Amino acid sequence: MLYTEMKSFEEIRMCVDSEKDLFLLGCGGCADVCKTADEKTISEIEAKLKEAGKNITGKLTVDFMCSKTLLAKRVARYQQLLDNASGIIVFACGIGIQCAAAILDKSVYPATNTLSLGGFQGLWPGEERCGQCGTCYLGITGGICPITFCAKELVNGACGGAKDGKCEIKTDKECGWILIYERLRKIQRLDLLKQTQNPRNFKKMEPDSELRKTIHFAIDK
Amino acid sequence: MDGKTLGQKLQAGKFVITSEIGPPKGINIEPHLKEAEYLKEKVDAFNVTDLQSSVLRLGSLAVSKLLIERGFEPVFQMTCRDRNRLALQSDLLSASVFGIKNILCLTGDHPFLGDHPDAKPVFDLDSVSLLRVAGQLMTGRDMMGNELDGRPEFFLGAVASPAYQPIELQIIKMEKKIEAGAKFFQTQAVYDLHDFEKFMRMVARYNIPVLGGIVLLKTAGMAKYMNENVAGVNVPDHYIQMMARAKKEERPKISIQIAAELIKGMKNLCQGIHIMPLGWERYVPQVLEASGF
Repeated sequence: MLYTEMKSFEEIRMCVDSEKDLFLLGCGGCADVCKTADEKTISEIEAKLKEAGKNITGKLTVDFMCSKTLLAKRVARYQQLLDNASGIIVFACGIGIQCAAAILDKSVYPATNTLSLGGFQGLWPGEERCGQCGTCYLGITGGICPITFCAKELVNGACGGAKDGKCEIKTDKECGWILIYERLRKIQRLDLLKQTQNPRNFKKMEPDSELRKTIHFAIDK
Repeated sequence: MDGKTLGQKLQAGKFVITSEIGPPKGINIEPHLKEAEYLKEKVDAFNVTDLQSSVLRLGSLAVSKLLIERGFEPVFQMTCRDRNRLALQSDLLSASVFGIKNILCLTGDHPFLGDHPDAKPVFDLDSVSLLRVAGQLMTGRDMMGNELDGRPEFFLGAVASPAYQPIELQIIKMEKKIEAGAKFFQTQAVYDLHDFEKFMRMVARYNIPVLGGIVLLKTAGMAKYMNENVAGVNVPDHYIQMMARAKKEERPKISIQIAAELIKGMKNLCQGIHIMPLGWERYVPQVLEASGF
């Protein structure tokens, strides 16, 4: 079981400040169980976004967004509604959010923070990895995780170490920040790179004792 | 080193010259301090590198302190590779009580590249947040906002890599470093004046002093190695050939000639130079003389 928590509405609203038309995409897997992608949660966020003056072009829940093939097939039917949106708010774990970004070539904004992948031996067959940092950065990095794609887990942009696009630690490893730069340039959101991020909050990586007691954290409890 | 600090000289518009000491692997520091003596009257400050290339060495804080005791002005290099936010803040406070003002804030090389590749990479902060934290200490508070007894004073610097691709990514980070409190920049080694001029035009709008990096070429092999392995370094073919053609005893002379040509070209482009002699400290006076200093 993996565990996600909702970001505050204020944080979500600030992330989508420059967007007018939004599509809501939720995961019917673990996130549904954690109540970060269930019908009620998505509807509540939808109502608040509308109140904040946003146009919601559509919403969709896909079972197990960690499977990119499945996700691509399911979203294809909603292409028009997705095209009408400039940004996608994703209710899923870090893997699901990265899968959505990889498939949709649009700005994706996490509605959640991933706290723990727990013992889940799930589906993700792609190269996306989630660092369970508890402070999902995918909304400002074009949906590519700086924690798992950057060898130094940097959150404020590239170090000077990349050569020909490759990381300084291995010549066959792409520099995560150059990937992020290229994605943001493609979706015309390089402005996001200019925001300075605060140092990470490592306290968020230690799951709350209240959370440990719940069935969402360990299914066998 | 004439009584004015590096910061005061840059502010006054003086073209500054800095050099570098790479602390030894061990405790035998005397020969390095003696080499620095040759340059005492020639350069404005000495950088002290922080476990350069992620190789275990004597610490930059201790060597910076030794330089102060001997009348030099150090630039204390701090990387985020090995220390978390508690240790970095504490070392900044320690630097302050030792009288160290100039702090060069870097992210640092990954430990994989050094002689302890199994080490835990820390990178709790990065170059941008380290600058911010040092700035916060100067207000008399730590990064959590807790009050400090006394306020340290720093002159903060950062690095940039003019030949990095894609350059826009580097420029955006440079902008963040300036916002975070960087007051001057040192660059990666420059070998192409045309590219460097383009870079200086791009950053002119920030109106911040830039010290162009100079690394003395020792052999053609070293140049080729850097081209293949060191990020942001492109030694042009004609310099490689000049080094390759030179007989062994002529190499320092050719190297000095190349460095002087670059420095003369940089004089009108940037606000100073930073020479990284990598063991050839003894040739730095000749480089400066040949460059018209």
